[in-house]
Amino acid sequence: MATITVDGKEIEVDEEGYLVNLSDWFPAVAEEMAKIDEVELGEDHWDIINFLREYYEEYQIAPAVRVLTKAVAKKLGKEKGNSKYLYELFPYGPGKQACKFAGLPKPTGCV
Amino acid sequence: MSDDIKKFMFVNTKAPYGTVYALESLEVVLISAAFDQDVSLAFCDDGVFQITKNQNTEGSGMKNFSPAYKALGDYDINKLYVEKESLEERGLTLDNLMDLTYEDEDDDWAEKPSIKLVTRAELADLMDQQDVVISS
Repeated sequence: MATITVDGKEIEVDEEGYLVNLSDWFPAVAEEMAKIDEVELGEDHWDIINFLREYYEEYQIAPAVRVLTKAVAKKLGKEKGNSKYLYELFPYGPGKQACKFAGLPKPTGCV
Repeated sequence: MSDDIKKFMFVNTKAPYGTVYALESLEVVLISAAFDQDVSLAFCDDGVFQITKNQNTEGSGMKNFSPAYKALGDYDINKLYVEKESLEERGLTLDNLMDLTYEDEDDDWAEKPSIKLVTRAELADLMDQQDVVISS
């Protein structure tokens, strides 16, 4: 099993870099995953990561990207709830990459 | 409706925990939403327990995935047929089921109920109208 090291802790990830245990997540885990993907996390990234964590808390699933886009538009406004903006923040796909940073499983219904 | 859109109905007949059928079916449903098909769900027999309120899986060691049914509206899946006889046979009413809703794009995003109570005969008719029926 692969691991990443965050604050001296060994954390298990799967072959695609997603957390094995969702409860292992803390903010520095996202920072470390972003560093591996060469993404620098700013406030805009955190808005989406926090949004995803809240969504998961409520619905127990990681939303598919078009569901995410729609939900972000509703909560954070149209200028953020569009795929161009989200892809700029998360070049490997807002569903997959943002969910990974947020410690969630791969989104359900992303193909 | 264009020719490449098919009517899919996922029929749920089993209690939510104890087997993986309910969870697996829900995952297939959420994935199917990505293909822009006409998707509906039916709940009959013990399947009606899948969408009951206040599920508590503590002690069973299984994850309570019932909140995920509330996301169906976000996935544009808003036809959830519940068989009336199955509810009654189990001493349940609509009040025992979760409030599952969707926002109607064509009606200024008004929140509307996704659950429709149908009789056994009506459900049979609905099944007849489908291109594909997948039951679990």
